[in-house]
Amino acid sequence: MSLPELDKYVLAFFQTLLMVGSSAVLAILLGLALAVVLTVTARHHLYPRPRLNRALSVTVNVFRAVPFIIMLVALLPVTRWLVGTTLGTWAAVVPLTVNLLPFYARIAQVSLNEVDGGLVEAARAMGCRRWHIVRHVLLPEALPGIVGGMTVSVIAMINASAMAGAVGAGGLGDLAIRYGYERYETRVMFEVIVILIALVSVIQFTGEAIARRLDHRR
Amino acid sequence: MSIAALIRGGINLPARRRKGLTPAATPAPDPVTALRPGDTHITLRDVTKHYAAATGNVQALSGIDFSVARGEIFGIIGRSGAGKSTLLRTFNALEAVSSGQVLVNGIDVGTLDEAGLVALRRRIGMIFQHFNLLSAKTVRENISLPLRVAGVPPERIRARVDDLLALVGLTDKADVYPAKLSGGQKQRVGIARALVHEPDILLCDEATSALDPETTQSILALLRQVSQAMGLTVVLITHDMAVIREICDRVLVLDQGRAVELGEVWRVFGQPQADATRALLSPLLHGVPADLAARLVDDLHDGAGQALVNLHVDGSAAGQGLPLSVLTQLGPQAVLVHGGLDRIRGHSQGELLFLLPAQDLARVRQAFEDGQHAVQIKVIAYVPA
Repeated sequence: MSLPELDKYVLAFFQTLLMVGSSAVLAILLGLALAVVLTVTARHHLYPRPRLNRALSVTVNVFRAVPFIIMLVALLPVTRWLVGTTLGTWAAVVPLTVNLLPFYARIAQVSLNEVDGGLVEAARAMGCRRWHIVRHVLLPEALPGIVGGMTVSVIAMINASAMAGAVGAGGLGDLAIRYGYERYETRVMFEVIVILIALVSVIQFTGEAIARRLDHRR
Repeated sequence: MSIAALIRGGINLPARRRKGLTPAATPAPDPVTALRPGDTHITLRDVTKHYAAATGNVQALSGIDFSVARGEIFGIIGRSGAGKSTLLRTFNALEAVSSGQVLVNGIDVGTLDEAGLVALRRRIGMIFQHFNLLSAKTVRENISLPLRVAGVPPERIRARVDDLLALVGLTDKADVYPAKLSGGQKQRVGIARALVHEPDILLCDEATSALDPETTQSILALLRQVSQAMGLTVVLITHDMAVIREICDRVLVLDQGRAVELGEVWRVFGQPQADATRALLSPLLHGVPADLAARLVDDLHDGAGQALVNLHVDGSAAGQGLPLSVLTQLGPQAVLVHGGLDRIRGHSQGELLFLLPAQDLARVRQAFEDGQHAVQIKVIAYVPA
């Protein structure tokens, strides 16, 4: 493999890392916040706001229903407004974030909902204010699931980032499509897939290890 | 570590936090000084609670009226679904009442805003059947949390938690996670957490129901010890009469959301008035052993055989226990086959089963007619010769 050829892989690898990394940070932070709001505004929870809860829930479902490739195009005006361009790696960050945010929010919401109601009650009985309960009970108790959900989401995001080639974002998936599929260079495609498998395995392994370390439930 | 030191080392709450106990609308007496020891601590006035459930309106509590005195250990017993948990949770306003009032230190908890409730709950510790410890926090962090959210400085939290760990005997477990503890140890952590604010009320929600009998005894002993040392008013709910007998001064019997019986424990045990009380007591009563029951008949046709009689000792007699002179009235032929006495707060009571020759029956009945020593005799059945 010649150096320029290797460059091609390195560039694509870092494009993927940049795209997925920055969208993941955004989607996970915002998604977690959304998950907390979805959880605590539910009926019989800390801040019951059933109507707000239903509206948010429907919005999340709408965004989750739209296929990523369509979202990529539909979000072009938003992307232009936020990033200043509709092409390149950074332009892919907006649709990737919007795509993953509701997905991650649902995963985190499941973990938050699974926190034993008895713990919330005990916290109230000991004189915790509601935001104390979010901070000291809900989030720490749900943390193993929240971290596990991050692993799932980041991997799903690597997968989705292959389609970001449509806006010229580059990345490993795009490399595989352009060389392997469009130019019949099967070797490139396989090599890219091997890199992707390695990347996914490392993320899965690390995520599981962290979640295990954080889990003191047994 | 002495309990006196624990109390001395306790954390004095800043004045501003006590202020939170004042109801939102009308000014009330200072909750800390308004009542002196021996006074009424908690009063319920005509409390009702109903829920809207899928099956219609559920009446969880109706017309509950009673008081708990300062420093007493007060039991609430009932079958599951009787409303015990709901009732207990009205004391610290985890459950709002539908009508009526819950007064703690003379203050209607229903009138408190969030700040007032937070202040109230810091004066009322609570422990739970399933302990409800935070799995992501160590023992020390669990016990610290109530102080941490109250803004107590870390070095004072540390000292206070050290004292409590010593009190409950878990100093060496400070940095382990609850999952590594036994049930009894978890409940000790729960007790330490409930006491960390130096409350004057402790609510126990089936605190020993998930524990084995031996651990139950040690937890009850700890509760008795801390309640005496700290002058706590303890309200506990349970479905286990043995817990009430072990530790409580008075007991309230709840049945289908109504208070059906209230009184000193020995009185309720010795002379139960309500059917619900008798049903709850039955596991503690000594029933007729199965081998004997198989041989029993309702009547002796030829008059030959033995009578199985039950001696009920109701505990209302003055003095100590049941004198043997009372038993000698059963005659030299009487055989004690089953039973025993329990001593509850100085009152001996229980059931004793005797077999006597049927021909002695009339004489024995007469001898016990005067109800001397609070013993009632009853013929259960006969064993033919």
